[in-house]
Amino acid sequence: MSAITASDPGPVLPRRRGALAEFKRAFTALQREETISGYLFILPNLLGFLAFTIFPLLFAFSITFTEWDLSKAPQFNGLQNYAALFKDDLFWKALGKSFYYTFGAVPAGIFLAFCLALLLNQKIKGVVLFRTIYFLPQVTLVVASAMVWNWLYQPDFGLLNFLLGLVGIQGPRWIYSTAWAMPAAIIYCNWMGIPPSSLILLAGLQGIPGELYEAAEIDGAGSFGRLRYVTLPLMTPSLFFVMVISLIGAMQTFSQFYVLTQGGPARATTTLTLYIYQLAFSWFKMGYASTVAAVLFLILLILTLIQWRVAHRWVYGFSE
Amino acid sequence: MTSLTAERIVRTESEKGRFYVGKKRRQLLMNTFAYLVLGLGGIATLVPFYWMVASSLKSLGEIYQFPPTLLPSTLHFENYILAWRIIPFATFFRNTAYISLSVTLGQLFTCSLAGYAFARLRFPGRDRIFLLYLSTMMVPFSVVMIPLYILMRNLGWIDSHLALIVPGLVSVFGTFLMRQFFSTIPKELEDAARIDGCSFFRLYWTIMLPISKPAVATLGILTFMNTWNDFLWPLIVISTIPHKTLPLGLLMLLEQQAIKTPWHMVMAAGTFSILPILVVFTLGQKYYVQGIVTSGLKGSA
Repeated sequence: MSAITASDPGPVLPRRRGALAEFKRAFTALQREETISGYLFILPNLLGFLAFTIFPLLFAFSITFTEWDLSKAPQFNGLQNYAALFKDDLFWKALGKSFYYTFGAVPAGIFLAFCLALLLNQKIKGVVLFRTIYFLPQVTLVVASAMVWNWLYQPDFGLLNFLLGLVGIQGPRWIYSTAWAMPAAIIYCNWMGIPPSSLILLAGLQGIPGELYEAAEIDGAGSFGRLRYVTLPLMTPSLFFVMVISLIGAMQTFSQFYVLTQGGPARATTTLTLYIYQLAFSWFKMGYASTVAAVLFLILLILTLIQWRVAHRWVYGFSE
Repeated sequence: MTSLTAERIVRTESEKGRFYVGKKRRQLLMNTFAYLVLGLGGIATLVPFYWMVASSLKSLGEIYQFPPTLLPSTLHFENYILAWRIIPFATFFRNTAYISLSVTLGQLFTCSLAGYAFARLRFPGRDRIFLLYLSTMMVPFSVVMIPLYILMRNLGWIDSHLALIVPGLVSVFGTFLMRQFFSTIPKELEDAARIDGCSFFRLYWTIMLPISKPAVATLGILTFMNTWNDFLWPLIVISTIPHKTLPLGLLMLLEQQAIKTPWHMVMAAGTFSILPILVVFTLGQKYYVQGIVTSGLKGSA
């Protein structure tokens, strides 16, 4: 709405401050072009972001205060869903399973990934070949690999128990035993997850300047000393990054569990994400499912925050 | 007295222990050790794959044999044909391919455009908006999947490919990646173009985009593979067979109740299902690995 009317022959600056006039006054023509281009460029992205990320996020939060099974309108029920959480055995069990999996798989996984990275860092030929091989688990369909592992884990005719039998060990019932199902899942998920982690760590290793190793050698450090005083301290940032990412990812694992064990036996491998899926899409309790999901989000935030806070104590170069 | 050159630490005879090994030989030992461990690890990693392929060529009876046979006694190539026909895999491949392609192209376009704008163009609120983007990166998919499903339902997109494609056209991670990349490009390049009177869009299209090929390749490969492998979201929105994607189709074969699980066909199906992705991965390995390293993301949920 321009303030400059056709009959106004007058001054350069308009008298009335319309929005467009304000805009024209505040920015030069070049700046205006940049601003408009900027907004136009981000427009498709922003629209999608608002529609499929921000809006669902806010919507999810509002659903946690309702009871909704999609057959009728949502019923507002205040904080009842949150109160129900405390009494819900299934929730606490699923939470326990998620923690069991996360803290069972991630530390061991990072340790092995680190060893793998150290090995890959030796100046050996064929790194690309090894990388291809080790990455195969990660890039194949989870349905396919979980299916094969399901087969390998069969207690009576699976390969794993057969191999164990060769060395005289009576293999457990793996995915059919409540005690061994989660360890079985942990092994499978680490088979998939260790190589990508090790590649991130490898990148970190390759960033360590060689002069530091030479200096350490001059000061009399053996291989182990170099590892302890040069490699490890300088790897703490990469390790920290991998740790944060792995914990967040581990708490959200879904498809591996769904295909390998369907959350069984007897819910032994029903993690939080599986529970949320079940609540929402098997039992259609949208309100309660959103509440559990919100709690998962909160847990992730707290975990990450804790790691962040502790980081400056052990991560090299981390300033609070 | 040890010599202080950086190249060789020479120990005198009296300082050498009984097990002292020369530096060159030590390096050789380390390398052999590394090869050994990596080789064994590689074999262990490949065992499930070998097992899948070997089983796919066995007859159903032989699969159940115990102790299991290492090599199939006769090669049953017909398992593949049986598997292909028993479930409409052609449809699944087609669906998955065109969904993955659409999402990838869409994301490349929206994310590179926005990434460039966030990195290089100045407009009010730019940094605040980007901060908003970043803050949502930690939100777990479980939180978003429920309202997203309800949204799809209200839009009538349930069981259609729109539900799989449209939400995937934009990615916070993709935007972040592209912005990071664009912020490393020297400003002089843009200044020169602008002085010559280049519009911003032309700048983006003819100069920035060609330069950003590595980043585009990385994002492209990551997106394509993650969309191809995506499991949870298609599981939620797709219900009828003709619209299923490849992972869902494979699951269908596994879960069907009509006949006892035909493991020989299941293994065959598994093998040909992963082949396309393996090819894509081998070709674009460099970029995929780079994408993983920068993002730390490890596949889809």
